Amino acid sequence: MLKRFAGILLIFTISLFSYTPIFAEENHVTGGNHAADSVPAEKFDAGKFIIEHVSDSYDWHIVSFGDTHVSIPLPVILYSKNPELHGGKNWHIFMSSKFHHGHDAYNGFRISQAKEFEGKIVELDAAGNETGKPIDLSVTKAVAEIFVAVLIMLWIFISVARKLVKNVDKAPTGLQNLVEPVVIFVRDQIARPTIGDKKYEKYMPYLLTLFFFILLLNLMGLIPVVPFGANVTGNISVTMVLALFTFVITTLSGNKHYWKEIYNPDVPWWLKFPIPLMPIVELTGVITKPFVLMVRLFANMMAGHMIVTVFVSLIFIFGSLMGTAAGFGVSPLSIAFSVFILLLDVLVSFIQAYVFTLLSALYFGMATAEHH
Amino acid sequence: MGLVTPNPGTIFWMLIIFGIVLFILRKFAWKPILNALKDREESIAKALNSADEAKKEVAGLKAENEKIIAEAKQEKNEILKEAREIKDKIIAEAKEKAAQEAAKSIELAKQQIEAEKTAAVNELKNQVAELSVLIAEKVIKKELSNKSEQEKIVDGLIDEIKLN
Repeated sequence: MLKRFAGILLIFTISLFSYTPIFAEENHVTGGNHAADSVPAEKFDAGKFIIEHVSDSYDWHIVSFGDTHVSIPLPVILYSKNPELHGGKNWHIFMSSKFHHGHDAYNGFRISQAKEFEGKIVELDAAGNETGKPIDLSVTKAVAEIFVAVLIMLWIFISVARKLVKNVDKAPTGLQNLVEPVVIFVRDQIARPTIGDKKYEKYMPYLLTLFFFILLLNLMGLIPVVPFGANVTGNISVTMVLALFTFVITTLSGNKHYWKEIYNPDVPWWLKFPIPLMPIVELTGVITKPFVLMVRLFANMMAGHMIVTVFVSLIFIFGSLMGTAAGFGVSPLSIAFSVFILLLDVLVSFIQAYVFTLLSALYFGMATAEHH
Repeated sequence: MGLVTPNPGTIFWMLIIFGIVLFILRKFAWKPILNALKDREESIAKALNSADEAKKEVAGLKAENEKIIAEAKQEKNEILKEAREIKDKIIAEAKEKAAQEAAKSIELAKQQIEAEKTAAVNELKNQVAELSVLIAEKVIKKELSNKSEQEKIVDGLIDEIKLN
């Protein structure tokens, strides 16, 4: 009971800390270099704040005090087809701190302020106008977070594997207790029933990596202190790659029966000839399955992050509409709702990791199923 | 919208990182973990199996013990029964023998008694005969002193003999 209370308290405290930059954001908008186009001091742009919070960025913002922004600079890697604009080189690698939080241009590059590529790095021509995007391989906040997650995963699972191999006949201890049941869950509740007892082993490494990768990044996204808190699984590029992996593995492991069901399913002939209606539907299904995987995870995690941010924004919306007192008055309710949504997001994190893995396993099972 | 547009840079990194992690974890984490779990499960199943077998064996031993005990009991009963029979037989035989012996000795005693009796009777007869002869002598001596008397006696004796 005490432990549970302590856990809730911890989440509560963290959720309070995580939104401290809000105050700074407000001040920043009013006192920044581009004060000319900024809004009045009382106005709080909730939409911008929320979108900024859930989108990727070139540096890892920690905290701001007034005009001082504390953030971790991340490497920017660019390839430009117009080297004449950037000192004659194609490849450019520099730290994101060169942009000074998006205020300055560096070597002909700038974080776009225009509507089309807002927040992305663009090239500037000699006159200082935005001309287009370079090929951008920057290690953004999301990529850095993936690195962190991957290091944690490698550390946890390799150490557990060593320990397990060493003490195979002893009772599990420590991290092993955390990992083993989940591994067994993935094996016995996800892989075995969907793929079948004979073929599941081949897919276990991928399913386990997938499950823990999604779960860890989901949960890390909920912890709003550096080096966590980046919205990675709510980033469509990330979910796209995960879905792509599932798609490629499904396609590569598809057997004769799988392809026959797609190109020549057991339906009345007039559904296949002269217009191959069913094959078209089936082929669409092949594409939509991973697409839905991609969108589901992305939308769920994105929505979770957004809702938490929205509830916190309420404080400042009320504060700017009806004065500071109203803002303070609303804050307990806002925080209570945020905490509730955060806890819900913990549940969602597990569910989404489970669903993504389960559906991937299901597709593998369909691809390898024998004719029955 | 920026949020739903995939970013090629992120995709590039994600592909590389996820691919490498998948490869490394597959080789250094998942295979050993899955194998170890499998081994452990097998060893547990084996242990449970052997425990089961041991249990069965113990149950078998118990049944065997009970069987042996039952057999022993039966044997004991049989032995007792036999002994009792033997005892009865011996007693009966002894009784019979005793009775026979008794009868024999009674018979013997009877015979002896008979013999003794015959002997006694014979002796008595002899003695009576001797006495009779003596008496007869004396009587005759006395009687024969008188002639008439002698004749009377002889006559009387003759009569007697005739009567006999």
